[in-house]
Amino acid sequence: MNKLGQTPSQTVGPYFAYGLTPEQYKFDHTSLATPVLLDARKNSQDAIILRGKVCDLHGEAVDDAMIEIWQVDQEGKFQIKPHQGFFSIGRMGTGTIEGNLFEFTTCIPAAEKPGQAPAIHMIVFMRGLLSHVYTRVYFEDFKELNQEDPYLKLVAEERRSTLIAQKVQESPVTIYEFNLHMQGENETVFFDY
Amino acid sequence: MDTTQNQRDWTSHPPLIAPGYKSTIFRGPSQNLITVPELMKPSSGPIFGLESVAPLDHDLTKNGIKNGEPLGERIVVSGRVLNQHGQPLKNTLIEVWQANAAGRYVHKRDQHHAPLDPNFFGAGRCVTNEEGIFKFYTIKPGAYPWGNHPNAWRPNHIHFSVFGPNIGTRLVTQMYFPGDPLLDYDPIYLAVPEKARERLISSFDLGLTEEGFALGYQFDIVLRGHHSTPFENE
Repeated sequence: MNKLGQTPSQTVGPYFAYGLTPEQYKFDHTSLATPVLLDARKNSQDAIILRGKVCDLHGEAVDDAMIEIWQVDQEGKFQIKPHQGFFSIGRMGTGTIEGNLFEFTTCIPAAEKPGQAPAIHMIVFMRGLLSHVYTRVYFEDFKELNQEDPYLKLVAEERRSTLIAQKVQESPVTIYEFNLHMQGENETVFFDY
Repeated sequence: MDTTQNQRDWTSHPPLIAPGYKSTIFRGPSQNLITVPELMKPSSGPIFGLESVAPLDHDLTKNGIKNGEPLGERIVVSGRVLNQHGQPLKNTLIEVWQANAAGRYVHKRDQHHAPLDPNFFGAGRCVTNEEGIFKFYTIKPGAYPWGNHPNAWRPNHIHFSVFGPNIGTRLVTQMYFPGDPLLDYDPIYLAVPEKARERLISSFDLGLTEEGFALGYQFDIVLRGHHSTPFENE
């Protein structure tokens, strides 16, 4: 049987905010996913902040990207029932806080499958990107697990560091920094799922 | 088993750098994407179900009303979300956003000198039913100028964001209208490989057209993905 052709991707464009991230941009419409995945009031000891910027070829932090993160919880499950204190999808546009950062409140996920290191899926959408791209956020704390991770093993050793979030603050809340470089010397590794 | 069916088909999707669309030159990754072996790919994900949408979310002719009806030509946009085997994908969240009839977005950054419509917000969402069908009511969006090149105008379009069964089926795209003369000049549309472009153009459908109320346009969306079996639905 002939397979149907895939519907082609198109850019998210510069005007996604009121449709996809309306609350963040103060539009009168509810957001299905926000920058807060973990309810820190319920799970404050596990909360982390994952923040970073999206740099273009010139090293400029772009102010109109939309970052979507997907992750399992600490038990390894995808959850999207808000009352459970954890929501598996986060979204944030880079245009509303200083430095054009994205900043998610979440937790370090369990490894999705045996043999993998804990990682957060990240999808980048933006004006100037005709098809979204996927990357994975690993954490510097899991050096041994990272070394054995099957995804990281697909990547040339000298580029693996682009996938490791660095701890930049320990308390009162742990902050990890993960900057994306779309091009240039430290171009982030993107995966084709 | 056909192991390629879950791949993103790059003969259907636009490249990451397409010089006609200028900002791709410094925003699209230049190095090859790392191919993930089929068995390693995430096969499940969170599903947004019906609880994600409010009653008026699918009706953009009503969900932005302040003091009257929005201006412009009312349309119905409906279609099916399918996998590549033609099987309907139920419970699939679709989010849409668009310019108003004058070609102006509500977004604060849009400074196009065309009027906002106080009764049109321009964003909505819905979830496909058991047959994979979705339906929106809206206003036909206007064309608008942009800065990519001299006298550049975007063809009329509606932005679509679609979730499928897992992260690999995620899709953001744009739906266009049949016969739009601007398509021949639009580098975003033209960046799509020629054989796949028509998939982005909706078709006028008299059967979908509601008498005395709104013109109907049909737009099917095909997501990559495996043949679904009862096992995978568990």
